[in-house]
Amino acid sequence: MDALVAQYSQPSHSAQDTTLDDSLALSSKIAPPLSLNFELPPIDSHSAWLRAMTDDHSNPQCPIKIAHGTTTLAFRFKGGIIVATDSRATAGNWIASQTVKKVIEINSCLLGTMAGGAADCQYWLAYLGMMCRLHELRHKRRISVAAASKILANLVYSYKGMGLSMGTMCAGVTPTEGPALYYVDNDGTRLAGNMFCVGSGQTFAYGVLDAEYKYEMEEDEALELGKRSILAATHRDAFSGGFINLYHVKEEGWVKHGFMDTNPIFWKTKLEKGEFSNVTSKLE
Amino acid sequence: MVGKDCVAIACDLRLGLQALTVSNNFPKIFSYGSQVHLGLTGLATDVSSVSELFRYKVNMYRLREERDISPQTFANLVSSSLYERRFGPWFVSPVVAGINQTDGKPFICGFDSIGCIDFAKDFIVSGTASDQLFGTCEGLWEPNLGPEDLFETISQALLNAVDRDALSGWGAHVYIIEKDKVTKRLLKGRQD
Repeated sequence: MDALVAQYSQPSHSAQDTTLDDSLALSSKIAPPLSLNFELPPIDSHSAWLRAMTDDHSNPQCPIKIAHGTTTLAFRFKGGIIVATDSRATAGNWIASQTVKKVIEINSCLLGTMAGGAADCQYWLAYLGMMCRLHELRHKRRISVAAASKILANLVYSYKGMGLSMGTMCAGVTPTEGPALYYVDNDGTRLAGNMFCVGSGQTFAYGVLDAEYKYEMEEDEALELGKRSILAATHRDAFSGGFINLYHVKEEGWVKHGFMDTNPIFWKTKLEKGEFSNVTSKLE
Repeated sequence: MVGKDCVAIACDLRLGLQALTVSNNFPKIFSYGSQVHLGLTGLATDVSSVSELFRYKVNMYRLREERDISPQTFANLVSSSLYERRFGPWFVSPVVAGINQTDGKPFICGFDSIGCIDFAKDFIVSGTASDQLFGTCEGLWEPNLGPEDLFETISQALLNAVDRDALSGWGAHVYIIEKDKVTKRLLKGRQD
């Protein structure tokens, strides 16, 4: 284990007095850092090139289709934090998957959510998980949510303008901070807050959440509200759908509350509670 | 879709503005006379306009000829009406399905937006999920299906295709057309 830690962490003094050449030689001897070392296409403007290749909107024939479109939400309440997402991945209008896990379990007390480029989120949140584990090994205590989100924010900021696409939330509970929720996106924005919705269906989710949200909610009310907000978004937003992934973060760590198909939930909500009256269930 | 002495035509119910679902009750199939049905996909305003245009044209035909229009004649009417707008087309891709009352034979065909007729003896697809529909129809359709089997086939083909298209779905209408009977059914599809 010590060897592993040593491999990925350098004592701070060793970096101080080395020249550029020395540090280059050093970095070729020990394993290079896992990230921050991507090959770049030999062109002037990466972001413009990437946009030209991937912008489905202005050019439906674009050669690279990035999986997009999502609804994710997280909110703080007296019993902790609720995190809920849909599970649809689309590439253009094509539904590539209905069973994506958009909540990433960074460790037993920290959750991340995925919106934007699926690969970007998956890769960098896995990377964040690694950094959090290393922090734990180095400092013998768990990383704060503030620090974890800042690692991610600094990371994406260093790639600013190069076409990363991610809107993510970090939710967790630590003894020092209590329940904490941060929003981090690809232009480097990092915000602490009580409630965030991210993705193409965010407006629909905010609509339900804003109307019903109270900080003093009970646990079951809060879980139901998270579920109902995602349901509203999957109904109105073409690029959200599939299953509702529901988590509750509390002091002891997070608890998963299921990966539920929207279809039976929708009809139950409509027929039992009389909501969604815009949908016809009878012929004329 | 063609069956034995019957045809079926089906559509989804979504009306949307890109990602935003504006309405979930926007049928795209219109009846002209007892047996002739027209499905219209494409720009919603043109779907309404074109359906009304053919209501007018078919009514005029009926008054002049004192009989219902046959699916074949209707298909040629659709084709020539679309070609009239050759340099500023209606943004629709129509599908016609019906049974000819004289010989009792099923008839289906599809069109591009400027009126080229695509005759087919099995099935016709159109719209944003047409790639998916080609897949499900090729997989499920077989010759000489009876009305009930045809209903099951077209319903499964449509529902499974729109479940892989972000811009279609939110329920469906299915018409089963036999020589002297038309059955219309509502399918409860996924609402996401």
